[in-house]
Amino acid sequence: MALSRQHDMHKRRFSRNLGLGVVLAGFVVLVFLLTVAKVTDDGFEMQSQQTQEGN
Amino acid sequence: MSDASLNTSTQTPPYEAQFGDYFALLKPRVMTLVVFTAFVGLYAAPVATNPIIGFVAILFIAVGGGASGALNMWWDSDIDRIMKRTQKRPIPAGKVTEGEAFAIGIALSGFAVVMLSLATNLLAGALLAFTIFFYVVIYSMWLKRWTPQNIVIGGAAGAFPPMIGWAAATGSISVESVLMFTLIFMWTPPHFWALALFMKGDYHEAGIPMLTVTHGRRATRVHIIVYTVLLAALAVGTGFTGVGGPLYLAVAVVLNALFVKGSIDIWRRDEAIAEADGYAVEKKFFKLSLLYLFAHFGAIAFEAALMPFGLGGW
Repeated sequence: MALSRQHDMHKRRFSRNLGLGVVLAGFVVLVFLLTVAKVTDDGFEMQSQQTQEGN
Repeated sequence: MSDASLNTSTQTPPYEAQFGDYFALLKPRVMTLVVFTAFVGLYAAPVATNPIIGFVAILFIAVGGGASGALNMWWDSDIDRIMKRTQKRPIPAGKVTEGEAFAIGIALSGFAVVMLSLATNLLAGALLAFTIFFYVVIYSMWLKRWTPQNIVIGGAAGAFPPMIGWAAATGSISVESVLMFTLIFMWTPPHFWALALFMKGDYHEAGIPMLTVTHGRRATRVHIIVYTVLLAALAVGTGFTGVGGPLYLAVAVVLNALFVKGSIDIWRRDEAIAEADGYAVEKKFFKLSLLYLFAHFGAIAFEAALMPFGLGGW
């Protein structure tokens, strides 16, 4: 029997697939926000300036 | 996977673990304590932390704590099947396999340590890695089945989160963060020994050398009062340090008076009286112990919240 689009297995696994999808999407958002927080941090700007002055 | 294995129309389909089953591996109720105490450690630190970095730090401390819970369930699945208290956990309930729990635990441990190190600093990441190692290897694999002091030494694993939170904010370890660690460390034995008194038989059947099994229930009652008195001295003394203040001190005095009274009540009872009322005093002490810890750390957070207004602390 071919694996159909709406096989019962898909229904049984829907909850965990949805959960994993939400977690992964949340992780992407989290990394984005973390990056913004890091690059707007005072310490990061000072380090960047020091690097530029060193060059 | 063959076609035949997918054709289940005439058979009961095999149980597919749901997202909630995997989440349950992370011991969500224990995680609330980890999140709260780690937050207090981070918030009470004398360094302003970016809210997003603070949120990420708490999240990955929680994920690391949850990962160690999954590894603990993997290792202890044999005794979890025996003890009534743990029979509904995902592995003994047949919802998740040991291999899945191990894979999730290892993967999330590495992930949490790396993310915490990147988001905050290496010290916080190293402390989280050590906490996971301590809980899984030192406590679960070694102490738990070997010595009646299992919960005394093993309690350190649950005491690390505020220290990690503090380290995430400051990049260092200080007297204040060690005091918060010690508060949980000293609180853990009376909390679990009270549980062991009224979960009668569970640890004995599983062959876990809890104090109730190796030294008897009378000795456990004595140990509870001794540890509670030591804890009370520490908790009230913390009120005079950098993380304390008038509000914390008031909370500590009231709750420690109640906690010491509860331990005296437990000490004065014998098994016949305890069995007659269904271990009411021991259960009340256990519930109070939960409030005790949340109230102490809540008061530390409140003192920190008042600081910007010149009111918190001494």
